Amino acid sequence: MSTAAATAGERTGRAKPSTMAQALGRALRDSMAEDPTVHVLGEDVGTLGGVFRVTDGLAKEFGDERCTDTPLAEAGILGAAVGMAMYGLRPVVEMQFDAFAYPAFEQLVSHVAKMRNRTGGAMPLPITVRVPYGGGIGGVEHHSDSSEAYYMATPGLHVVMPATVDDAYGLLRESIASDDPVVFLEPKRLYWSKADWSPDAPAPVEPIGRAVVRRPGRSATLITYGPSLPVCLEAAEAATAEGWDLEVIDLRSLVPFDDETVAASVRRTGRAVVVHESSGFGGPGGEIAARVTERCFHHLEAPVLRVAGFDIPYPPPMQERHHLPGVDRVLDAVARLQWEAES
Amino acid sequence: MTVQELPGAAAYRPTPPPAWKPLTDPAPLLPDPEPFRVLGTDAAAEADPELLLRLYAELVRGRRYNAQATALTKQGRLAVYPSSTGQEACEIAAALVLEDRDWLFPSYRDTLAAVARGLDPVEALTLLRGDRHTGYDPREHRIAPLCTPLATQLPHAVGLAHAARLKGDDVVALAMVGDGGTSEGDFHEALNFAAVWRAPVVFLVQNNGFAISVPLAKQTAAPSLAHKAVGYGMPGRLVDGNDAAAVHQVLSEAVARARRGEGPTLVEAVTYRMDAHTNADDATRYRGDSEVETWRAHDPIRLLERELTGRGLLDEGGMRTVREEAERMAEGLREQMNADPVLDPMDLFSHVYEEQTGQLREQAARLQVELDAEHGPHDRDGAEEGR
Ligand SMILES: Cc1ncc(C[n+]2csc(CCOP(=O)(O)OP(=O)(O)O)c2C)c(N)n1
Repeated sequence: MSTAAATAGERTGRAKPSTMAQALGRALRDSMAEDPTVHVLGEDVGTLGGVFRVTDGLAKEFGDERCTDTPLAEAGILGAAVGMAMYGLRPVVEMQFDAFAYPAFEQLVSHVAKMRNRTGGAMPLPITVRVPYGGGIGGVEHHSDSSEAYYMATPGLHVVMPATVDDAYGLLRESIASDDPVVFLEPKRLYWSKADWSPDAPAPVEPIGRAVVRRPGRSATLITYGPSLPVCLEAAEAATAEGWDLEVIDLRSLVPFDDETVAASVRRTGRAVVVHESSGFGGPGGEIAARVTERCFHHLEAPVLRVAGFDIPYPPPMQERHHLPGVDRVLDAVARLQWEAES
Repeated sequence: MTVQELPGAAAYRPTPPPAWKPLTDPAPLLPDPEPFRVLGTDAAAEADPELLLRLYAELVRGRRYNAQATALTKQGRLAVYPSSTGQEACEIAAALVLEDRDWLFPSYRDTLAAVARGLDPVEALTLLRGDRHTGYDPREHRIAPLCTPLATQLPHAVGLAHAARLKGDDVVALAMVGDGGTSEGDFHEALNFAAVWRAPVVFLVQNNGFAISVPLAKQTAAPSLAHKAVGYGMPGRLVDGNDAAAVHQVLSEAVARARRGEGPTLVEAVTYRMDAHTNADDATRYRGDSEVETWRAHDPIRLLERELTGRGLLDEGGMRTVREEAERMAEGLREQMNADPVLDPMDLFSHVYEEQTGQLREQAARLQVELDAEHGPHDRDGAEEGR
């Protein structure tokens, strides 16, 4: 992977508060300005600037050949992106919402993920598929799915999830620059989160595939990503009252998975909880727990626990607070780590 | 209800589809270049006055419903509302042409069609209020759940109509989709299946000019959406979607044709979405006021009013009566929607499978402990306020 963002400039000047959505838009803009083969396509990405306004202004600046309102057909959008990439372009596709990406699943699984492999490395596909994903915004049916488990179970795809404004910019820049296909999952409920951030002075960003310790700690490790990061940071603060000093790891990507950072942390703390909002059964937490156990068995004081969404279809907005793992559920798991150690 | 309990399942023997006659002349399948109209033409004189008055009353009620629902979003009583103001003629005709035994397959914008078919106005809004995904039993009302992923309901309509025909039942399915939805693969697959199986289905495309911000010209290069029918081997009909009498007539003919076993029809109703895509959308970003004003002059309620008053079938008093009735409906809706729905969080686990898995029972128990901690175990009787 290149590290476009890390070299994008020193932090100069005064940073202003920006939202994650703005940082994503700026990453698209900078990528398009630098590389004429970068094309953005999707539903409502042009005149409207996307339903979350991430692509706002791109059609105006680069024309509608570079930022294209497509017909309403996800399989068509991604399938066309495959052909564009085969001919040397670098398409960035927007799926309007998580659950509306499913018509494109065939293209993603059968072609996007496999083209490099099928062609013996002759034809890589540099496609970025941006998917606003996850719940917590009061969306009605089909607007709140967490689909990362499907994507991470498909070899050939990178699966990347920013949780901070800096990462939104940096990781998207890296994803677009990558010669491999990336499913870029944008946590909807963090779109409006702000940070002191300026496009002229982005913070250096770790490249895709490296997890980052967001909060150092000694007594247990919370392993998380995307929308659950703020939940874990809050839980870690709250846990200090109980004498817990929790380390919080932001994975930033599920594929590649940073075994080293995670294992090094758990070896130090001896305890780990994986936190994500997608369903637990068959979810990312199971894979992560297994990897941690394989690498850290002798260091573990307790089984690796998972805090996840329930194993149910995403509930209606009035009930979603019961489904989404919040601070209390994380703290409850942390308490069980102690119990396991004592029993 | 298990599969064995389904009505007639035990005695079920499939009936073969009607014999296939290869088509030699595709001309009858082609839509007329101009949308079919009744109001303001000579044909209007033959229109049944009773039907016109019924359509009028339903349209006025429908518009009031849209306004009320939109107002409820501002009070936080609905999560979101995709208004069908301007499109009432399509919504109402879709509901009125069907017999009780027929099925309606609405999209997320078609609350009004469901209500006009007799669904309780509050039940019809549960999806958009956010308390339930579908607040009614689709079998009871023969209305499929309002469908959010675009065009995915269309193959369902084909399958249901096909099944009914195999069972020897005289049932028609009417499926609704927007102009944007016609670009989805599911639309094309549904049309093809329907034509090959000669399924008793009517596809109603409400071409309201936009898919969120994307105008029709960026959606299709076809002369009309109705033209798409021909390639699949079914007739395409183009109708003025703001002319309630015309939509009713075209849909009635298509339904009758399906009932006779002559197969599916694709109807494109040309209409306009007067409001934004939903209350959360800003339509000024992608369309100008003058376009909206042009369509306002071609308003479906005004068209009917002009016809009815011109023929002396409606006067000021009659209009007032209709408006007052609509106002009472809106009042009732407002009142009922202002009450918090009673929700049981345990329902999250109730309908995932017929029988709860051990895993779900475990998770339900965990949630119960959390709820008890939140409310105290005694003041809970298994339900809580929705908001
Ligand atoms: C498969 C799928 N993709 C995207 C969306 C998001 N979306 C919701 S409504 C809409 C536009 C629909 O336009 P149209 O079919 O013309 O119906 P209208 O809104 O005009 O009634 C889009 C893109 C969706 N619901 N389903």
